[in-house]
Amino acid sequence: MKADKFLDAKGLACPMPIVKTKKAMDQMENGQILEIHATDKGAKNDLSAWAKSGGHELVDHNEENGVLKFYLKKG
Amino acid sequence: MTVKSMTVKEVTKKVINKDPLFILDVRNHDAYGDWKIEGENFEYLNVPYFDLLDGVEDIVDKLPLNKQVLVVCAKEGSSVMVAEMLSDAGLSVFYLEGGMKAWSEYLEPVKIGDLKDGGSLYQFVRIGKGCLSYMIESQGEALIVDAARMTEHYKTFADENNILIKHVADTHLHADHISGGKKLAEKVGGTYYIPPKDAEEVVFDFEGLQEGKEIHVGDTKVIVQPLYTPGHTIGSTSLLIDDKYLLTGDILFVESIGRPDLAGKADDWVTDLRESLYDKYTKLDGGLTVLPAHFSKVSELGENGEVMASLKELYERNQGLSLETDEFRSLVTDNLPPQPNSYQEIRQTNMGKLNPEEEEQREMEIGPNRCAVQK
Repeated sequence: MKADKFLDAKGLACPMPIVKTKKAMDQMENGQILEIHATDKGAKNDLSAWAKSGGHELVDHNEENGVLKFYLKKG
Repeated sequence: MTVKSMTVKEVTKKVINKDPLFILDVRNHDAYGDWKIEGENFEYLNVPYFDLLDGVEDIVDKLPLNKQVLVVCAKEGSSVMVAEMLSDAGLSVFYLEGGMKAWSEYLEPVKIGDLKDGGSLYQFVRIGKGCLSYMIESQGEALIVDAARMTEHYKTFADENNILIKHVADTHLHADHISGGKKLAEKVGGTYYIPPKDAEEVVFDFEGLQEGKEIHVGDTKVIVQPLYTPGHTIGSTSLLIDDKYLLTGDILFVESIGRPDLAGKADDWVTDLRESLYDKYTKLDGGLTVLPAHFSKVSELGENGEVMASLKELYERNQGLSLETDEFRSLVTDNLPPQPNSYQEIRQTNMGKLNPEEEEQREMEIGPNRCAVQK
């Protein structure tokens, strides 16, 4: 998937992946996609819940070699 | 205002003493709905930390001024952030050191009583998950029963009291938590026991925990006598200790009874469970103190945090023990509560077939134990 912006949150513990995601999203336009890489296992449930409450869309997510990858569309 | 930490031990004391506490749980709603810190006089507010990133103004009015406020999250990080934001807003709050992870892993040792010829019996209350394990010690030797994954708790307690752990037993193959039994036995050079009928797929060495095969703790003074009581699993074995204590594993609890379905054989095992509860236990002395492997609600905790009751008392007030056959079958096979989180993987791990990393083991154990059924 092609992303407009990339955020490396690997090695960061909660709450930092979401704090950084929010900052990045604040600087983006509606409809743009942010790709996030994280290693904190809790990030998965929290990111989807946060996206929902903020009106964003979690377009896709997968896991590769212990790295969680998320694609968030700003809404 | 200041941000202070509160330890899981301090929170445990509040649960036991039924003290008031206001918990601001900042985990997501699903995690909170699944499992939280229970206290009879605790009040709760659940607002995910990610909904507070723009500020805490919306919740300040919802927090009491006359009560201690404890901010709780999964591992601590987010609770510190929210606590600091509240502090900047002029409130004095605590955060939970180590978060729910530490809460799940904390064990409170409670002395249950003395043994006839010297020695004591301790209950280790895993308050966050409702699991109970035991140390029977006499003359500097000990048997640990149904050890949790965090084996250092038993080792430290034994070292501090100059006790050598010689035996480690599991009353059955656990499905709700990862057993520390084999690991602890290896660490201390002791013997690991498990009922052979639960161990058919176990891949490591063990001694059979079997009726007729006694375990001696300290110069034959304390005799631990296994009693075959199947039903939760096909091998489930109770331990009769010092003619005074009955460790019932996951067969009989204080306010509930065991469930027969966690190995996928509810219909086959319901008769065994019925026989164990309505036939075998009824032949025992009603004065025995029942010590189960779980509790479900904090209201079951006694004044020091212990969970226990006499067998006689349980036959009077535990409703799972006074049911007609059909009603009993229906209770333990229909409408069962959800199964424990990752219970299949947990069983595989306890057989030695899976060897997950510690972090993964922690994830597998998240949530309540759910090993009981209650009428």
